[in-house]
Amino acid sequence: MDILIQFAYVVSAALFIYGLKQLGSPATARRGNTISAVGMLVAVVAALLDQGIVDFQWIVIGFVVGGAIGAAAARLVQMTSMPEMVALFNGFGGMASLLVGWAALNPDAVTFTLITIILSILIGGVTFTGSLIAYGKLSETIGSGAVLFRGQQVVNSLIVLGILGASAMFCMEPGDSQWLFLVIGLSLLFGIMVVIPIGGADMPVVISLLNSYSGLAACAAGFAVDNNILIVAGSLVGASGIILTQIMCKAMNRSLSNVLFSGFGSGKVEEASVEGEIKPISVEDAYYVLEAASNVAIVPGYGMAVAQAQHVVKELCELLEQNGTEVNFGIHPVAGRMPGHMNVLLAEADVPYDQLLEMDDINPRMENVDVAIVIGANDVVNPAARESESSPIYGMPVINVDSARTVFVLKRSMASGFAGIENPLFYKDNTRMLFGDAKESIGGLIREFS
Amino acid sequence: MIPAEVFLTFILMLSIFLGFELINKVPATLHTPLMSGANAISGITVVGAISLAGTGEQDLANWLGAGAVALASINVVGGYLVTDRMLAMFKKKEG
Repeated sequence: MDILIQFAYVVSAALFIYGLKQLGSPATARRGNTISAVGMLVAVVAALLDQGIVDFQWIVIGFVVGGAIGAAAARLVQMTSMPEMVALFNGFGGMASLLVGWAALNPDAVTFTLITIILSILIGGVTFTGSLIAYGKLSETIGSGAVLFRGQQVVNSLIVLGILGASAMFCMEPGDSQWLFLVIGLSLLFGIMVVIPIGGADMPVVISLLNSYSGLAACAAGFAVDNNILIVAGSLVGASGIILTQIMCKAMNRSLSNVLFSGFGSGKVEEASVEGEIKPISVEDAYYVLEAASNVAIVPGYGMAVAQAQHVVKELCELLEQNGTEVNFGIHPVAGRMPGHMNVLLAEADVPYDQLLEMDDINPRMENVDVAIVIGANDVVNPAARESESSPIYGMPVINVDSARTVFVLKRSMASGFAGIENPLFYKDNTRMLFGDAKESIGGLIREFS
Repeated sequence: MIPAEVFLTFILMLSIFLGFELINKVPATLHTPLMSGANAISGITVVGAISLAGTGEQDLANWLGAGAVALASINVVGGYLVTDRMLAMFKKKEG
């Protein structure tokens, strides 16, 4: 029986791998997800066949409770709130690994097992509280700004030393549970401490990283309970999170350590004064320009999601196409609050995915664009990143909307973006500001067309 | 006979490399479903938790295991369902 279970895990690993491979194209991705889910089912059934299991009561209760919560969350979540949901799920994964590591502790565990137990508790604990803080910042139930205080590095270093010390003591005296509780407590505290100094604009990096940790925690738990499938699946998730973290950092031209430790956006920025004047445009005038345009690029940001404007954007896009205009979307990797967030929001509004271009694809085309429409995006189209060395985002790759013949910026007011940085784009000669709620402004344009 | 630790570490090393190769091929447009799908996969902890929650002994390990089953099930069920919901929305341009 045991050998059959082990082979079932091999099948399950193959299904996970094949499922992830199918995720390489939007055309096959849905099937890939189903294949991966089948892999999970195989693994769970195999685990239930284990002869060590004599009582199914608590397993079933756990399944029913967790499954019901998960199903309800998956059904009810708004696409705009996906980052919060992923953050919370990362946290649950981390906590589950912490509990498994803890439960795996038994009197005759060898040192190697003890070390892996410590690792699953440590990584799981940091993931859990870190994710809760990330959730709080994303949903703005707590302030989204960076929290910095004097001596923060010292406090964090002390926590790390404390964790190392307590872990070492635990490995030497596993029977003494005070060291175990100390490791658990310090891990949970450390999770809070590492996420609070990170500002809201950097949250895409943080959730990618925590995603990776939740996988690594599962991996460590796999070592603790001596289970291959946990190691394989956990490391796939770990690798995925690390790659996304790298992509996000690169898209912001910052190193991971800069994101984690600098407290970016905490407000001590020297501002170069911006020359020029703001030129507002009316909906009617904007319509005449769009009507004459043959090539339009739409660059959305999180503001589009906040205004719930994606459906009217799609409607405008259809009207423009009926008018013979080519319409593309330019998606910056860090637009939105998590990797690929904009793409999901636009997919929800029925915008076909082949119309969504990545930054490197849209930038070379920008000179042929008649009108670039910026909706609720700010920092990702900021030319200061290219031009002004004093700008805090200098060097970050941006979508060069200012190379288009005309730029429309849809904006509620002149307040600066999530990262709080002045944007010289608004003062350029070819920029026109269309003030007001994005949904209403675009609704106005649609009425002009029909 | 290879010691179990070496064997497990070997699997870890190979899986990490495989993970990098696989995930690098996922296009940016699918990064959000990738993350929620990864959430679901990280719920694999449920497999480890099952054996701990089913010992039949009313001890601490049993309760911890049951808690872990519940938390990991949230990830598994919620993760796969929400990923499927998202991927169903991705459509190619007609014609």
